[in-house]
Order: sequence, then C-alpha cells, then structure tokens
Amino acid sequence: MSVTGMTSIGRASAQLCGVAGWLQKAYAGRSLVSAGRGRAHPRVVDSEQRPEGAPVGRRVILGLLGLGAVGVVSGRAIQSGVEAVLGPIEMHDPTGLIALLPAGATFRYYSVTGSVPTPNPATYQLAVSGLVDRPRAYSLAELEALPQTALTRDFHCVTGWQVLQVPWRGVRLAELIDAARPQRAATAVRFRSFDGTYTESLTLAQARRDDVIVALRMQGRPITHNHGGPVRMYVAPMYGYKSTKWLSGIELTAEVEPGYWEHRGYAVDGWIGS
Amino acid sequence: MSALSGGVRILRFTWAERMVHRATAGLMLACLLTAAILYNGSLSIRVGHRHLVELVHVYCGMALPVPMVLGLLSRAYRADLSRLNRFTRSDWHWLRPRTRRDDTIVIGKFNAGQKLNAWLSCASILVLLGTGVIMYFVGLAPLAWRTGATFVHDWFALGVGLLIIGHIYRAVRDAEARRGMRRGSVDARWAVAEHPGWAQEHVGGSAPTGPIPVEGSSSEE
Repeated sequence: MSVTGMTSIGRASAQLCGVAGWLQKAYAGRSLVSAGRGRAHPRVVDSEQRPEGAPVGRRVILGLLGLGAVGVVSGRAIQSGVEAVLGPIEMHDPTGLIALLPAGATFRYYSVTGSVPTPNPATYQLAVSGLVDRPRAYSLAELEALPQTALTRDFHCVTGWQVLQVPWRGVRLAELIDAARPQRAATAVRFRSFDGTYTESLTLAQARRDDVIVALRMQGRPITHNHGGPVRMYVAPMYGYKSTKWLSGIELTAEVEPGYWEHRGYAVDGWIGS
Repeated sequence: MSALSGGVRILRFTWAERMVHRATAGLMLACLLTAAILYNGSLSIRVGHRHLVELVHVYCGMALPVPMVLGLLSRAYRADLSRLNRFTRSDWHWLRPRTRRDDTIVIGKFNAGQKLNAWLSCASILVLLGTGVIMYFVGLAPLAWRTGATFVHDWFALGVGLLIIGHIYRAVRDAEARRGMRRGSVDARWAVAEHPGWAQEHVGGSAPTGPIPVEGSSSEE
C-alpha cells in the first residue's frame, strides 16, 4: 500500500464519481415522474390495475449494481476498515459467529485432493534431489537446526483474497539448494507435495531469492495441517499458489515444469500484482 | 368474491414461470453448497478437490441468469415482471410491522415482500456474476479490483444466503403458496385471503371451474 496503492485509490474514486453522477441523473428524472404520478392518484387501491408506483426492479438492480461496483473498486480499503472493527470483537466473541463473517482477514484453505495424510513429525523427511551432486533428506529437527529466516508479508491469493502482515519463519531455500550442489544442467526447482498431486516450479534464480523460504512456522506457531504443515513453501513475492503446501520434495530440474494450477490457467511466473 | 369459492383453482404461475423458478432454485442451491465448501476452512479441507468444486460453482454461477433470460420469452413471465416492478404506496404500508399495518391495503398478485425478494435476488445474482467473473478470469482486472470483487462477492453471498433462508421459511409456512409454484394453480379462497386484489381480477366473468389463464388480465396493463 505505498505509491501504487494511492494511485489505484485515486483512480477508483474518479471512477466512482462518474458512476455516482450517472446514477444521480438517472434518479433525478425518475423521481420527478413518480412524484407527478403520485399526486394524480394519491390512494392506489390495486397497484396492478394501472402501471403506477415506483419501478422498484430497475431501482434495486441499478442500486445494487452501483453498490457492487463501488465495492469492487474500493473494497480493498473498505475491507481493512471492516477488519479493524470486527477483528477486536472477534477476539472476544464466545460464539465464534463473527469468525464466519467475510471480514477478510481469513485464509481460505485450498486442497486439491480428496484427503491429505498427516505425517508423523518424528519421521517426516524433506528430500532434496534431482540434478544435484549431493542429494539428501532432512528431518524436521535438521531443518529446525539450520539458520532461520523470518519474513512478515501480506499473503495474496491470485483470486483476490488477502491476509495482511502474516509472520513466517523457516530456512532459506537457497541454503538447501546450495548444500545439495546443483549440477550445470539444473535451471529450475520443482516442488512436490505429499498430497500426491500438487506440484509447483520456480526458476533457479527465483528459488535463490532471499524471500523464498521453506517455512516451518507461521504466526509464531508450527504450521498447522490446514495451512500446509509441518513444512511448506513460502514464496513471498508471488501469489499463494506458488507456495506449495504439505511439502515433501524439492527437485532440481533442467527446465521449469508448469504446476497444478498453471495447467489450469494461472501464470507460471505468479508475481503478486501481475 | 363468492364466485371464487368452493374449490375453484386459479392459475398463478404458468409452466414457463415454474420452470424458471425450478432451474434458478437448483442452480442457486448448487452455488450455495459449493460456496460453503470453498469458503469454510474445515469443509474445504474435508472435501478437498478444490478444482472440481470450483468448476461446479463457476459453471452453475454462470448459468444462474440463463433461466431468467429465457423466461423473457414467456408472455406470462413478462407480465409478472411488470407487476413485480411496480412499488406503490400501499407496498410501503405493507412493509410496516403487522400491528401498525393499514387494514385497507389491497394486495395484488405480489405483496411488497415478494417484490423486494424478486429484485434483490435478481440484482444480487447479477452482482455475484460480475464479481465472480472478475475473480475467475484473473487477467481481467488489477489485483486491487480482484480483492474488491472478493469482498463484494463474499458479502453479497452472505446476503443472498439470508434472503433465501427467509424465502424458504415463508414457503414452508404456506402450503398453498408452495402448491402454486409447484403445480401452477392455487385455491381461490387462498387467493382471496392472501392476494385479494389479484383474486378480484378473476371475478366479473362467469364463475370458472378450471384454472383461469393469467395472461388475459395482465395484458390490459
């Protein structure tokens, strides 16, 4: 929400003024007509006999379409307002009903298979393999013993939902890649999930970025199963679908292979904002 | 009104209108069920198969306005639309609490609640369709708008859900109203009690014994 945020709000409000002006014009003409009719027939006994009364259909449709358009262009700002109001209430809500409201600050849990096994943390293994000289598998304890990187970033889904300022912690992917000694032919990294279906890929250069981590903790706690734990990718500069959940393998490959959602239409380079 | 008693049935909804209602209800139900799976975390994880659920939701959502548009081919449907489109002062009176309601209101074929329900549903479907398209075809709009579309889609879905719960609640309490939507005709006594202004349109000619077509009276409008 820096310079780009400001300009998009400016653009949005300019568009809103246009919509509002148009609606106003539409209504001004309308209300004159209906006022005139109202005076001519002060008491309407059967509304259906004569075409009297306000055109409620047109008004409701135009009104809600206008409201929807306002929501689309300014929804991001409204949403943070709603979050600010509902967030503290939700914390003290014994019924848990407020959590069901679409207040925005909620993750939506994506799982592309029927069911995902829950691995035993004691026997969990993350394999680094493919075009490398030193393939190896890491246990959870070994990953935890490596230097940890903390990132706090906004989580963006490509479809639009977002969760602001999520703290993540884990091992830089670059560290695991370098330890495995990638061969010359390796130009990309492929991620596998123990859900048995999901895959994702990054170029080697993308994978070596400082803000790409093999995440072990989220919001100060070990990553829960629903969030893709015990170990998942977190590719901070890209949309959520690039951050493989339930990570089981990292494989160095000769080229980028499109992943699960990319076969279904999403961009292979899922930079946030694109 | 005595002409309309004794088991006489009046045609309330033609076949075309009933089919529009049925198709819309089916598609809406599919949308709501899949929406619950897509939105609620514990359901999402339990059901999984995100892509399949999403496809069902998207296709049912895109098909949702189709029955209403096809309905426009029917003259009876168009006539009822123009009845629904007139909101009079007596409709405003009707919206008051029952105890403060004016007894002199004569309700036509649709009461104010039915009129509002029809248009709120229709408008919400259009808003949900528009925002859904923005969310589904991610290349159409910038990310900020997709976030806005998600926000609008969520709240409108919640609103539509509540509207439908209210709609079903009213229907459950009125068997004759349900029969009207399922079979097409209603008992004349029910029509006189619930929609006297509309029932009156059927008096005047000779007392009919079968369903009375609605087109004849509405074409005068």
